[in-house]
Amino acid sequence: MTVSAELELLSFVLLRLGDRRFAVAAGQIAELVAPTRVFRFPHRTPKIEGVIQRRGRIIPVCDVAEELIGKSLQSRRFYLLALRRYRAGTEWVAIPVTGECELINAEMTGAGESDAPHVAGWLSHDGDVIEVLNLDALTPGPEERLGEAAAHRAMGEQP
Amino acid sequence: MRLAAPAKSSPARTEQIILFRISGQLFALSSASVQEVRGVDSLWGAATEISAPGLRKVSHVVRRGDQSLFIVNGALHFGLPPSPGTLVFVLRKTGTALLVDGIEKMTTMTRLQALPQSFCHEERNWYRGLTALDQTVVPVVHPEGFLSPEEAALLEEVLASMESDHEVATEGADSAG
Repeated sequence: MTVSAELELLSFVLLRLGDRRFAVAAGQIAELVAPTRVFRFPHRTPKIEGVIQRRGRIIPVCDVAEELIGKSLQSRRFYLLALRRYRAGTEWVAIPVTGECELINAEMTGAGESDAPHVAGWLSHDGDVIEVLNLDALTPGPEERLGEAAAHRAMGEQP
Repeated sequence: MRLAAPAKSSPARTEQIILFRISGQLFALSSASVQEVRGVDSLWGAATEISAPGLRKVSHVVRRGDQSLFIVNGALHFGLPPSPGTLVFVLRKTGTALLVDGIEKMTTMTRLQALPQSFCHEERNWYRGLTALDQTVVPVVHPEGFLSPEEAALLEEVLASMESDHEVATEGADSAG
């Protein structure tokens, strides 16, 4: 491997949702926590299950399995705490995952035009091609609401 | 990277809150925002039925002098299973009252965490934030979040129309008599 190739290696956390593996940039991950109580209360935001408490913080639980693998997780063992960027700063979100996570170094290929917005890129590991997730596009936030309002306006509806 | 504990702040500011239930769900509300707590039976006698299109959560209004007090069914507002409601919180300076199932207790909260930005729909108007109490997390409701300005205007319009109809009917009855 050449020096220039080594420089392109980035760190990723591999997570498992059902039978599939996905990757998130390691810099966005805080920790993996054991199953804990999810507190639920009324709200209208899709994908948000409730909140968990961790080190004095209240963190929203965003279930992304439905969007990524087409079904909710049957067995859930851990919550991956990840950093989500918003226009006004960053906040932690808890992503339910099926199994243990793994830290790897790999080269990432950028996303193509035909890739979904939640795909930040692709990497190859252990013979698999793995999606690198863009959590800012995958988890809900104010920009999603703005997008919905714009879509409603375009269709001449009230948001 | 490890999730850091939140920064220690200067002496915590406490706030008196009322913990209450609607359809089994626990909520908190600042006690300073509650003008009075009334039993449903004591309020229903003075209430008039009202029906505004698309606003099922308000079915009664109470006239107090020039002011109208719209009674919001908490279960319908939050999209919870219907519950009959036994108590009404009259909310200060909002023109609304909230129908709830019962009071759990009064207590104090020392920390209100802003609602995480992932919550990006109507709940941003419903809640001031979240607080951790007794091993649970409770949403702290916004007293002004039960009726939007548009909903309040619609209800005032319906009420004005009802009163105008009532006056016409009364005049008609008087002239017939």
